[in-house]
Amino acid sequence: MRRVVGLILWLVLIAFLMWGVLLIHPFGYPPSDMDDYIIENAQEQTGNNNVVASVVFDYRGLDTLGEATILFTAVTGVLLLLRTQKHKEENS
Amino acid sequence: MEYIPLNFPFLAAALLAGISFYIIIFKRNLIKLIMGIAMMSSGVNLFIVALGYRAGGNAPIYTDVPEGPMVLPVPQALTLTSIVINVAVLALMLTMVIHIYRHTGDIDSKKSRILKG
Amino acid sequence: MLSKIVRTVANQLIVFILIFGLYVIAHGHLTPGGGFQGGAVIVSGVVMLMVAFSSQELKKSLRERLLTIMESTGALIFAALAIAGIGTVVFYNFLVGTPIFGRIPPIGPNSGDFWTGGFIPPMNFAVGLKVVAGLSAVVLALALFARGEEMEE
Repeated sequence: MRRVVGLILWLVLIAFLMWGVLLIHPFGYPPSDMDDYIIENAQEQTGNNNVVASVVFDYRGLDTLGEATILFTAVTGVLLLLRTQKHKEENS
Repeated sequence: MEYIPLNFPFLAAALLAGISFYIIIFKRNLIKLIMGIAMMSSGVNLFIVALGYRAGGNAPIYTDVPEGPMVLPVPQALTLTSIVINVAVLALMLTMVIHIYRHTGDIDSKKSRILKG
Repeated sequence: MLSKIVRTVANQLIVFILIFGLYVIAHGHLTPGGGFQGGAVIVSGVVMLMVAFSSQELKKSLRERLLTIMESTGALIFAALAIAGIGTVVFYNFLVGTPIFGRIPPIGPNSGDFWTGGFIPPMNFAVGLKVVAGLSAVVLALALFARGEEMEE
């Protein structure tokens, strides 16, 4: 009974996704106002040949700062969880 | 390649997301759940990159670039952040599965759900 | 530990993988690449060493204190470069115009000049250092935990 209800809901989700594919803009002609400004002015404002690197580190630098924080926290969490318990000392 | 019919990359991303939803809802093995989550992140990254393609465009780098329009650079920057965050979350999920196996001896998600008091 | 042929070939190949990874990190403002991509290349070289020699041999060289110092240094340099231009706004590109990294390239398609880019090349080095130290520590800890051991001090 639960499996039949789950299957019907999954088919409704697939129909919703397919309806979204039919309504989106045609592939290859995106609407682009912000990116035209960035492509034209990135060389004199940043002094950089690579437009993607100047977007990652200069125009949208706060996202990269947040991502560096997430990487640091995940590495700390993994190294914290993988300890063995060999260093138990007895205090008498 | 100037004319791709029926928005084909968006159809592939929607199929990847749909299949990974089936895996997450109906499978009980924990390792299969983690594989489904990784597949869903691949589908979402493909969708974001395919949103910013211009027909007949070149890479958005000014070093020795041929003539023509350029592809949009902002979706590529967002995909970079998304890939790194997915790697970090996947590493944490794998350590939790190792600990669950050590404490209960079983990786079936129905058997390790009941709290023992 | 695998056979003698595999160990010798891995010893020779690690030099080329390190040089290619450092090239991808250092030229991040001229060609496709940057900090995250070059860091992933170097981590794949470390994983190759871990497969050829066993992880108990590598435990003696990659200690935990060295890896944590490397990662914290990378994070501190990134945060210091972000806050240094706080007179105008956060993340202000204060090196454009100064003779260290601040030349401006000619507008339009050109062949690249290395001393351009503002404060982006030092940021690439900091992020590359952070990714290398963090991901190799995670892979080493996961491989050692399966045998019941942990990383040395």
